[in-house]
Amino acid sequence: MTDLLNIHNLKVEFDTDEGRILAVDNVILKLQEGQILGLVGESGSGKSVTAKSIMQLNAENAVYGDNSKIVLEGQDVLKFKENQDLKVIRGGKVSMIFQEPMASFAPAITIGDQMVELLLLHKKISKEKAKSISIDMLDRVGIADADKRFKQYAFELSGGMRQRAMIAMALSTMPKLLLADEPTTALDVTIQAQVIDLIKDIVNEYKMGVIFITHDLSVIAQTVDYVAVMYLGTIVESGSVREIISNPKHPYTQGLIEALPDLNNLDKPLKPIPGDIPSPLERPTGCVFHTRCKLFESGVCDNAVPPLSEYAKEHTVACFKVNNNEQ
Amino acid sequence: MNSEQNLITIKNISVDFSFQENFLSKKQKIQAVKNVSLNIKKGSFVGLVGESGSGKTTLGRAILAANKISSGKVIFHDGDKDYDLTNISKQELKEYRKKAQLIFQDPYSALSPRMTVRDIIAEPLEVMKITNTREETDKRVREIASKCRLNLEHLRRYPHAFSGGQRQRISIARALVSNPKFIVADESVAALDVSIQADILNLLKSLRKELNLTYLFISHDLSVVAHVCDVVAVMYLGHIVEIAPSRELFKNPRHSYTKALLSSIPSIDPEKQSNAIELKGEIPSAMNPPSGCVFRTRCPNPTHDCKEGNIEMGLIEVNPGHWVDQCCVNCK
Amino acid sequence: MEAKIQNIHKDIKAKEAYFSATQFQLIYARFRSNRSAMIAGLFLLIMILLGVFADFISPYDPTIAGRDKDYEHGAPQIPLFWDDNGFSLRPFLYTLERYRGKDTNFRWVYTLNKEKEKRRYVHLFPKGWKHKALAFNVNLPGKKFDFKIPGFTFERHLFGIDSGGIHLFGTDKAGKDIFSRTLHAIYISLAVGTIGVFIAFVLALIIGGISGYFGGWIDGVMQMITDTVRVIPPIPLFMVLASFAPPEWSSETRFFFIACILGLIGWPTLARRVRTHLLSERSQEYVLAAKLCGASPSHIISRHLLPSFTSYIIVDLVISFPYMVLSETALSFIGLGLREPVNSLGVLLQNATRADVLLNYQWYFIPVIFFIVLVLSFVFVGDGLRDSADPYKVLKK
Repeated sequence: MTDLLNIHNLKVEFDTDEGRILAVDNVILKLQEGQILGLVGESGSGKSVTAKSIMQLNAENAVYGDNSKIVLEGQDVLKFKENQDLKVIRGGKVSMIFQEPMASFAPAITIGDQMVELLLLHKKISKEKAKSISIDMLDRVGIADADKRFKQYAFELSGGMRQRAMIAMALSTMPKLLLADEPTTALDVTIQAQVIDLIKDIVNEYKMGVIFITHDLSVIAQTVDYVAVMYLGTIVESGSVREIISNPKHPYTQGLIEALPDLNNLDKPLKPIPGDIPSPLERPTGCVFHTRCKLFESGVCDNAVPPLSEYAKEHTVACFKVNNNEQ
Repeated sequence: MNSEQNLITIKNISVDFSFQENFLSKKQKIQAVKNVSLNIKKGSFVGLVGESGSGKTTLGRAILAANKISSGKVIFHDGDKDYDLTNISKQELKEYRKKAQLIFQDPYSALSPRMTVRDIIAEPLEVMKITNTREETDKRVREIASKCRLNLEHLRRYPHAFSGGQRQRISIARALVSNPKFIVADESVAALDVSIQADILNLLKSLRKELNLTYLFISHDLSVVAHVCDVVAVMYLGHIVEIAPSRELFKNPRHSYTKALLSSIPSIDPEKQSNAIELKGEIPSAMNPPSGCVFRTRCPNPTHDCKEGNIEMGLIEVNPGHWVDQCCVNCK
Repeated sequence: MEAKIQNIHKDIKAKEAYFSATQFQLIYARFRSNRSAMIAGLFLLIMILLGVFADFISPYDPTIAGRDKDYEHGAPQIPLFWDDNGFSLRPFLYTLERYRGKDTNFRWVYTLNKEKEKRRYVHLFPKGWKHKALAFNVNLPGKKFDFKIPGFTFERHLFGIDSGGIHLFGTDKAGKDIFSRTLHAIYISLAVGTIGVFIAFVLALIIGGISGYFGGWIDGVMQMITDTVRVIPPIPLFMVLASFAPPEWSSETRFFFIACILGLIGWPTLARRVRTHLLSERSQEYVLAAKLCGASPSHIISRHLLPSFTSYIIVDLVISFPYMVLSETALSFIGLGLREPVNSLGVLLQNATRADVLLNYQWYFIPVIFFIVLVLSFVFVGDGLRDSADPYKVLKK
């Protein structure tokens, strides 16, 4: 099975007044059809930048590395220029849904009009056909009275419904890849559960690939098949979600899991990760996590960047200490 | 610790907002908090959970006398003096402000960007005239800053120099500098990264022991509340639907809403498939809440009486310390 | 190694400076990195200095008293350092001789005498006409508010010439030196602009401040008043108000009057900005935090609200300035504002509308260049300030 998406050595820097800031470094990811890949990380981890690179949606001052390649169905989309090629990708082969659904919909145009506009941009169909596809999609995502909602404006819908409408809009063009950037963070927890179920159903039905970005490890555990843990722009650990969560090897992943409140063990004290996330202007040399790591070894960890090496089946870790001791 | 005594008694309070689109249209009333009763015991860590539109923030601010209470009573018991917040004189309000403080949610907008950290923390002291000289103020600021584990060198920096977690600690220091007895923490860890969240929660817990504080912790995140709170109250559309000690609530929830809420929390264990109880429909508008039990429009298994709106809301004690709204008690 | 440690120390110091910088220090740092704004700022400074020291720099009295009868409608005279007769360290001018006789039909004919003996040398700091500094003579209608401050009298000027006149920008119909007039005009325009902006600002602060701070129906009423004043068409209003000024008013009184009108017309825009800033700042969480400590409104205004919009207000003021200058120029140009003998750029431009000026005496337009530079530098500095005005905007998560 050929990969749907294959990201090689992605490096993204931003040209700012303060100089060149490295946002994403040496990211390697693979995704097949029908799979959900989770990108989990805290603020500054670069997960949004990575996803946006697929559609070249980053700000204009983004500079991609020379060796970076993003291969989508055989084509290197990073080489595409602002013309027909990128237009086909954006909204067509790849769709994105965002954290704040209110920001995705234009406030003065009805939802229906926006969905139809999107469809007409990507498919050569009649307006009536576009309308019926859109209403079907709204119904499919669980919005009751879809034809009534089709004519409404974004502010007339509640938060959960808006998020569903955004998913409907993103899926109406039948993309091969769906990028979901913190889609449930702004939602109430009862709605969150429904949206997660919806995304899993969609993936099963349409066999698309999904990259699911969030900072919430529990949501990752319930939603994705594979997960990549990111810290300050690099992947520190990746693999199948069962393997990573039950047997985390990188100190950062372990720290993240231990910092979570566990509902089954209310007496367990909460363990934070000591220190603070360094600002991207002060990127630590060598392994970016070494300033907060309990396994830090001077001369080793601050000297070179640990490569992502295979620890077990479907489990790669970027840590000198892990791969040295336990292989 | 005299844990039997109430620090704050809240009896049947309602907080209404009037809403007018423009000065020619009719005034509409929104009941953000309706008929809420709650006892906050001295030294306890009370959690208040709810989703959007539940009224939890409004309730928290009403207890701090930042919102006007439309009916009911809130009484703050301070030793031998009682403060009735619905009927409080200006002088008493000034004293109350020293004893009850608020920690905000967003560490980025809660600190004035144009004041040094020292000035931010010192402001309550200066406004409430707690200290008289600059030396006294500085001493107190340093004392509280070190309790919140802030580097004393950093006191002369401006907020833009700090990360989210550090800024939240500055917020906490500011709330504690006037030596209050009661703190409302309004979604104080929601905007923080998970690894920092744990740090702030631990800080709050240790400060509670050290300074004999009572907390009202408002959050939408049940797992956080479960870990730090003694007692949890669940709110829906302005009403409290269940109150219980936290262990009891999580082991043995009685209200349908609480059950749905708990089942929706994603588990960190990928093997455990979620079996979230699905709630139909949307949260009703606060301007037009359903009659009778406000949850009946989304309850997964309402009885006929519930659906008709015949059952009035009210808390009944089903177990010691465990109160449930009577609509769900009758269902069983 | 030593250099490396020094570099680290420098970095730490720089970082600490960044962390402890007040908002104005941050604004200044950002402004400095904006090159066009800094250049504009330099020009602005030069113009202001020229205006403030106009009396000292100009060799002649700009009023009719200082006119040069021998050189009416004269072309600009640029001092030379070199000519066929040799190099001279001191700049010099040729003597202009005129002759009229039967053979020229009794018209004045001018010739330049380029002989070395007839050179006129430029002097620095010669004694010239008397001018006053810090003298104030307020003469408002009625006797109540008149007062007079004597000030100091000086005689020295920046440069002069040993005989005859030196007119760097030429002269006008009556022989008044355009260079001196231009400098004084800059001063008058700046003065009118300052007073106008000041009056507008005070009014805007009060009205916009009350509106923004209290909100509710007070805000509604104030906004209606503001909008009413704003929609009054300015040109007809100016014309009506200016024609009401009695002709017997002295030029200074007229000057104040025009400045006041400008201020009274200009406040609505500023008031709206003040109100907007206050409305958004008022709902910030740190204001609520202060209120929860029982802070009084005056404390909140002075410690939280005012510092937060001071930078914006400074930007607004700087940007309003050119509008004031433009308005005054326009008024004076159509004859409704300041008049002779008071110089302003509008008054100078008035002389430039005649056809023979356009064809023959193009140097009358030199003040226009100064005017453009003045307005543009205000605009660029204002833009630069606006870009650097909020040093905290980028920091929201």
